[in-house]
Amino acid sequence: MAASEHTVLQFTPSSASLSARVHPLVIFNICDCYVRRPDQAERVIGTLLGSVSSDGTVEIRNSYAVPHNESSDQVALDIEYHHNMLASHQKVNPKEVIVGWYSTGLGVTGGFRNGQGTIKAYVSFILSLGDRHLAAQFQEIPLDLCMIEAERVGFDIVKTRTIDKLPNDLEGMEASMERLLALIDDVYKYVDNVVDGHVDPDNSIGRFLSETVSTLPKLSPSALDKLVNNSLQDNLLLLYLSSITRTQLSLAEKLNTAAQIL
Amino acid sequence: MAVPAVRSFLQVAATEEVASPLRVVQIEGLAILKIIKHCKEFSPALVTGQLLGLDVGTVLEVTNCFPFPIREEDEENEAEGANYQLEMMKCLREVNVDNNTVGWYQSTLLGSFQTVELIETFMNYQENIRRCVCIIYDPSRSSQGVLALKALKLSDSFMDLYRNHNFTGEKLREKNLSWVDIFEEIPIKVSNSALVSAFMTELEADTPVTQCDYDRLQLSTNPFMERNMEFLIECMDDLSMEQQKFQFYYRSLSRQQAQQQAWLQKRRAENAARKTAGEEPLPEEDPSNPIFKPVPEPSRLDSFLITNQVSNYCNQINGVAGQNFSRLYLMKALHEN
Repeated sequence: MAASEHTVLQFTPSSASLSARVHPLVIFNICDCYVRRPDQAERVIGTLLGSVSSDGTVEIRNSYAVPHNESSDQVALDIEYHHNMLASHQKVNPKEVIVGWYSTGLGVTGGFRNGQGTIKAYVSFILSLGDRHLAAQFQEIPLDLCMIEAERVGFDIVKTRTIDKLPNDLEGMEASMERLLALIDDVYKYVDNVVDGHVDPDNSIGRFLSETVSTLPKLSPSALDKLVNNSLQDNLLLLYLSSITRTQLSLAEKLNTAAQIL
Repeated sequence: MAVPAVRSFLQVAATEEVASPLRVVQIEGLAILKIIKHCKEFSPALVTGQLLGLDVGTVLEVTNCFPFPIREEDEENEAEGANYQLEMMKCLREVNVDNNTVGWYQSTLLGSFQTVELIETFMNYQENIRRCVCIIYDPSRSSQGVLALKALKLSDSFMDLYRNHNFTGEKLREKNLSWVDIFEEIPIKVSNSALVSAFMTELEADTPVTQCDYDRLQLSTNPFMERNMEFLIECMDDLSMEQQKFQFYYRSLSRQQAQQQAWLQKRRAENAARKTAGEEPLPEEDPSNPIFKPVPEPSRLDSFLITNQVSNYCNQINGVAGQNFSRLYLMKALHEN
């Protein structure tokens, strides 16, 4: 759903080093705009914002939809709207520039077909003969989903259809530990199967497993105990401090509001 | 079963609508991702933005949001800020985004967001919108694998008190309002359209272990705890300063009362003397005397806010310490063999 063809950026014609990375926000935005499109429109068109790094990777960070009118042979975009939105977005984040446009549905890009969603990215090259423009050729470039760590945390939670409650500290911890336990169980089963001969051993997995196990630091039990106990004591100290603080708070409140001078 | 009486139009128009209390804030994944992106990009600076959505019964739906540009302390940028907002709302309406403001969001650092400015902004919003909510996002806690998103609302009793600027001890005791009652936290629900979740699951299949897990199982939380403790200590200093103000007030109040008593005694003695001499007794009050001037009572708002902050820090410390215990025991068990 992306292509870059504005001459805001200089692209070398070699598509070898060109690839695009898209943030999940962009996809959410596009889907949301598609769901909200006016009834008579078949598809949504919009602008992509982002940045280009020096090695030719295009990073797509934000997007907005632009209203358009479609007839059988042409597509008319509301350019004024496009400029207004661009100006507004640049006020917030001047580093995001136009890197391309998107459209959903039929045509140059993919969409939902046979229950499968696809996204494709294209770069256009102008085919010219001498001085005359013949056509624009769209070549596909690899597209990748990437996100910063904070987004990744949010994304994993946000991906599902509904969540009734955001997990708090301890619940999240519990969930993570359960998953870890499940993973360890899987590994056990796999190793048992290999030893019993049910499954063909895979050297790379075996090496990976042995590397993982060897990363456990080799500490004598007494040293480990000391470490663990020290940390435990530090945490207990912090808990104690915070409970004292809370007691102080309730005391202070009583003193402030309940005291009466007669 | 009683048959409900048919009400005339006048009756219906006359009965006031009782606002159902807000129970849940339903946010779309799109809005959450936008908030995360905006706050993270500009951290450690604090940023704000506007929330758009719908107000439906007991649920406040937040469907979209847009960020505010960072404002320098320039007077002429006031109009610019308003223009930006109008422009954005207009543009978003053209693409069928809900054009209804339901609140605002802001980023915070380690949970230190309870300030007077927050309350002021709430009061400003509340004048125009019946129900508004403030979403607080803490980008620094994402390194621990936690999506630190909170939805806050001022409680009604607090708003009444604030409007009348009545923060004396008596009023507070009357309404039984303590520092816990200032902010109400509302549970957040996340919802997405089917298209979005199908697409995302297509692109990135559910892995058995997510980044959250990696972050949560990390052993080093010391930097976070250290900063939390630093902030806590600073806040406690502020709190003790507020305490001293109150002590000073009480001391001056009792001193003034003692002075008043002494003056009253003298007056009474004088009056007794005058009565025996047959003259008019003097009035027992003298409003022009400076010792009768009422001592102003310091507002308790600041101390309440500081108390809220301290309790927030304590909660965070408790949470992280609890997680640390689990992790340490896990480590120990791993080494048992």
